[in-house]
Amino acid sequence: MPDSSQKHQRREHGLMLALVSPALLVILLLIVLPVGWLAWQSIYHDGFTLENYRRIFTEDIYWRSFALTFEISLAVTVLALLLGYPVAYLANAVPKGWSIVILALVVLPFWTSVLVRAYAWLALLQRTGVINQLLRYLDMIGEPLALVHNTFGTVVATVHILLPFMVLPLYATMQKIPADLMQAGASLGASPSLTFVRVFLPLSLPGVLAGCTMVFVLCLGFYITPELLGGGRTVMVSMLVSRNVELYNQFGAASAVAVVLLVSVLLIFVAVSRFISLDRMLGQK
Amino acid sequence: MTTKRHFGFGYALLGGSLGLFATTGIAAAAEQITFVSQGGAYQQAQTVAILDPSAKKLGITINQDSIPDAWPAIKTQVGSGKPIWDVVDTPTGYCLRGGEQGLIEKLDFSKMPNAAAMPEAYRSPYSVSYEFYSSVLAYSQKTFPKDAPNSWVDFWDVKKFPGRRALRNHPIATLEAALMADGVAPEKLYPLDVDRAFKKLEEIKPHITVWWTSGAQSAQLLNDGEVDMEMAWNGRVSAVAKEGAKVSFTYNQGILQSTSLCILKGAPNLETAVKFLNEAVNPVHQANLPLNIDYGPGNPKAFETGVIKPERAAQLPSEPANAAKQALMSYAWWSSPAGEAAEKRWASFMQK
Repeated sequence: MPDSSQKHQRREHGLMLALVSPALLVILLLIVLPVGWLAWQSIYHDGFTLENYRRIFTEDIYWRSFALTFEISLAVTVLALLLGYPVAYLANAVPKGWSIVILALVVLPFWTSVLVRAYAWLALLQRTGVINQLLRYLDMIGEPLALVHNTFGTVVATVHILLPFMVLPLYATMQKIPADLMQAGASLGASPSLTFVRVFLPLSLPGVLAGCTMVFVLCLGFYITPELLGGGRTVMVSMLVSRNVELYNQFGAASAVAVVLLVSVLLIFVAVSRFISLDRMLGQK
Repeated sequence: MTTKRHFGFGYALLGGSLGLFATTGIAAAAEQITFVSQGGAYQQAQTVAILDPSAKKLGITINQDSIPDAWPAIKTQVGSGKPIWDVVDTPTGYCLRGGEQGLIEKLDFSKMPNAAAMPEAYRSPYSVSYEFYSSVLAYSQKTFPKDAPNSWVDFWDVKKFPGRRALRNHPIATLEAALMADGVAPEKLYPLDVDRAFKKLEEIKPHITVWWTSGAQSAQLLNDGEVDMEMAWNGRVSAVAKEGAKVSFTYNQGILQSTSLCILKGAPNLETAVKFLNEAVNPVHQANLPLNIDYGPGNPKAFETGVIKPERAAQLPSEPANAAKQALMSYAWWSSPAGEAAEKRWASFMQK
């Protein structure tokens, strides 16, 4: 009996493999091969060379870009958490009908392209933009504020674009926290704020970690937003990659930067997966 | 990041597969070339003014392709040993750099009388000037209804001309402007004193609101009133002015730049490409270009054809009187080792 069940299992595995093979092939052709080619380019140019990597670790413009990218990503993540947590909490606390409305409002911007949203922020934040005009009309400022073409504008727009990636995992986690636990806390005499801090908050932490990881990692690779709203000074790592190709035509250098970025992202995932399973983070279970 | 990193690889694949088509199709086809330009209104204008008339006159077929930045593609195509393009219209510097790196054919001017008759400064062993544009000082007429800034010295003078400024996020033309702001005469710019230029740029850097990266962006900045003055390409400024924006520019101390035609090394239709190059700089075709778009002809003889009316000519960057006010960019210097070093230095200047 165990023999035949093993055989059955093996057959099932074989069938599954056959079923996913087209998808695996696509992934191999479109992701694994190009990324491998990319990594190869970074170490091979008329012979083996580590020159491209040496430059990243010794020249300070690369360091500055990596530092700036991590700073911006951190700021964006913290802001997205501060803004996203109450939204997710609200969506979880209100009756079903309302939570659908709230979630729809969160997801709606997904259907607008990143480029359009970046330009929308430009229209809002620039010198003659809606916000500056309004503030001047209300006599709150004399000179228009520099809200865009700097790191500030970049962070604002990036938070807006990435907010859904924070809210959705948070909401998914909060949904699974049994309401009974809060009632139990209340019945034992805890105030609402104490039940929140002692019961709800700790149970929602996996969602916080998942949301923060998603936002942080996605932000590391942002390109269009800093390019359009950064005023040329906010040089994130992705822009280094494009400049290396466009301006200096050095595919090797660009590849090396991309590889370092890719490896940092993988390391972050590995580190996070020690605390929370990746399946869960990507919303599987 | 993702779009850029797959770019070269995609091209290699594309080049390979299209190369296959080219070899199978060649025997049956009449004389033809593949011509590559930068797309948009510009490519449309040259199709009407130059490409269609040339094809008709020579009895050849001109297949068109377009790409905003041809350089990486040139490198991959020629590198793969099977280029699919013949002639490219690209900033002159790329033709020169490509020539030095063995990516671009050396031209035989004895087969191109029209090109041979052009001034020597307008051609190189690898390229022929095709059209001219200029990096000019543009400003808002709302901010400066009178006494507008009229030179790079004025642009650098933040006390006399207060306001927000923008420059291109690229060293080409920007270093020239900085040196002119520091008192270097337009005809004495080259070889560029790079140290002096960057030092002068440090001076204006705190006053630059935006370092723009695309021509469309530069036009937008001026149109929206986000900046009061900037370096911009003349065609972009006149385009927004035509739409009613209160903006203007001066050719004084402009930096006259060109795109050139050059032929890919080992081009599939080399002989036809040479014939086309000659025809493309024919003064009459060239004179038709500014009737369709705000760029100047690459061949100055176009101004002698009578096709361009004097009032139109006065608006064009390469019209002799306008050209005399400007600095002619030396692409030879920019593609020299010193030029390449200056380009690399730009990145660290921006991030400091």
